[in-house]
Amino acid sequence: MGLFKRMELVVKSKANKLLDRYEDPRETLDYSYQKQLELLQQVKRSIATVITAKKRLELQRAKLQQNIQKLDAQAREAVNGGRDDLARLVLERKRSNEIEIENLTAQISEQEMEQQKLVETEKKLSAKIEAFRTKKETIKAQYTAAEAQVKVKEAVTGISEEMADVGFAIERAEEKTENMRAKSDALDEMVELGALDEIGGEDEVERELRKMKTTTGVDDELARLKAEMGQ
Amino acid sequence: MIIRIMNEGQYEVSADLLDDLNKLDNEIVGLLESGDETGFREVLKEFISMVRTNGKPLDPDVIMESDLIVPPEDLTLSEAVRVFSGEGLIPD
Repeated sequence: MGLFKRMELVVKSKANKLLDRYEDPRETLDYSYQKQLELLQQVKRSIATVITAKKRLELQRAKLQQNIQKLDAQAREAVNGGRDDLARLVLERKRSNEIEIENLTAQISEQEMEQQKLVETEKKLSAKIEAFRTKKETIKAQYTAAEAQVKVKEAVTGISEEMADVGFAIERAEEKTENMRAKSDALDEMVELGALDEIGGEDEVERELRKMKTTTGVDDELARLKAEMGQ
Repeated sequence: MIIRIMNEGQYEVSADLLDDLNKLDNEIVGLLESGDETGFREVLKEFISMVRTNGKPLDPDVIMESDLIVPPEDLTLSEAVRVFSGEGLIPD
């Protein structure tokens, strides 16, 4: 059996389950409609989740960008003080920040695409639900048992297929977002551990720079003092 | 003939295309069995673009059952395996 036949079975088994659920086709229609509205809410929630994940990534990126400015200033200070070794260390940190920013930018655009896809899904599903609602009322109004059975089956099978599709789209979007979130957590942790140089608080570089400035300051002062005392 | 590309939408396609599509479907199964993800992706992509080029998208407010359901273009090998194992992909 081919892949597409399998895919079809996966999708259609949902519709069959629904059709077997009620004796009265009108109940099937109402139940399906209820499910559609729930699914639409789920799509909306998924969009919100994706947006939240994206915002978090953007925040992390902004933090790293801010960090790079600080590192630039530190590198300059180190060079001014003749400490190339320190400047090199700072520039290495800057580079790893830049690489992380590139990664984040790629992830942000992935989330952006995911968001757009879901918004598109929401729009399409809304249109389908509206069409189903109209159809549902028509079928109910014209209700003669034999005819209705066929029409209900048509409508319910068609919309169930759509719903299975949307359900699958939501699941995939959420899986992707979950992966992204795990990466975000890892990044936060790295920043916390100092691997990417945390903002605020004194780290090794800052200590060295301060030492450097203190020493230079003291040396200058000493020289001035000696000069004053004529020694 | 109505073909649904999952996560994308439905297309109306001439039934003449069925033989070509079936051939690709068989190829896909072979590639899946040998675990060739790259090959599998390529053929799936080819299949989907064939549907897109030859098909006409259905209006969003049309509710119709499909004759053929195609997984999304970016389906991974492990997802495809799940479809095959009958485990399913779609939550209840």
